[in-house]
Amino acid sequence: MASLNEFLFVSGLLFAIGLAGVILRRNIIVIFMCLELMLAAASLTLVAFSRFHLKDGLPDYNGQVFVFFIITVAAAEVAVGLAIIVALYRARQTINVEDLTSMRG
Amino acid sequence: MDTLAFYLFAFLSVAGGVLLVALRNPVSSALAMVLSFVGLAGLFIGLNAYFVGIVQILVYAGAIMVLFIFIIMLLDLNDEETVKFRSSSVLAGIIIPLLLLAQILGVIQAGHQGEEAEFEEIDVASMKVSAEKFVRNDDDGKALPRSEQSAIYKSLTHEKSPKLPDTNLIGHTIFKSYNFPLQVMGALLLVATIGVVVLSKRTHKQAPSES
Repeated sequence: MASLNEFLFVSGLLFAIGLAGVILRRNIIVIFMCLELMLAAASLTLVAFSRFHLKDGLPDYNGQVFVFFIITVAAAEVAVGLAIIVALYRARQTINVEDLTSMRG
Repeated sequence: MDTLAFYLFAFLSVAGGVLLVALRNPVSSALAMVLSFVGLAGLFIGLNAYFVGIVQILVYAGAIMVLFIFIIMLLDLNDEETVKFRSSSVLAGIIIPLLLLAQILGVIQAGHQGEEAEFEEIDVASMKVSAEKFVRNDDDGKALPRSEQSAIYKSLTHEKSPKLPDTNLIGHTIFKSYNFPLQVMGALLLVATIGVVVLSKRTHKQAPSES
């Protein structure tokens, strides 16, 4: 059976891939998907710790409740973020982050 | 969980993540994201977190992916990214995640010197023991008959097929220890819904030209 370290390694790997995507990609929707991947990688850590820290023979459900909250926040975040992207596209006709530089001043 | 299944699902989720970053077409990226999340859900189910695994598939592969695809189709982003990556950003995109990964590996190595967290199976005997916490007693302190016990207790001590009632246990934890955060979540979802409606309402006034 896989050990806790292996789960933490997979989670770290997924988080690093998501971070690489956020830095590399220019399409704001894909950047948003990579953010989702990073959130999911963090929840893998929580579930792994919850399973490996048995309390009275049961997993520690505090961690899984936290994952439940993360998924809720992620769903709300996606809805608001995509609405912002649509509004942005209406105003600028682009979703390429290199063309969206007006905040630079 | 079988070690083979762990490696299969871990490979699936990492491969999905790599494809998500590497594919040029946003629609393929969205499908790669779903692949990655299905792998993650498999890992969750292997960790006896059945409820979280199912919710992961329902919410991410069901709801969020559909939203992403819908927006991609709505904005008509079929043209692929033709812009060449600048070498500085490629360098940053490779070096910063590698540094992060090295840091995580260092922490994992340092945190487990000598002792390794063991994977303990949740078997029938340990479930019987843990069921003691969920016994309902009457006024005299005697245990009530089985028909009046909670669903968690009944499921943990079932004679033929004891199961881990993890949905019930998560509900138990949420409503006992996280009642206020749960209500904050409800308020958050309401605010997000109202915010999305306000954001996506088309204003008939002429937008300022210098936006």
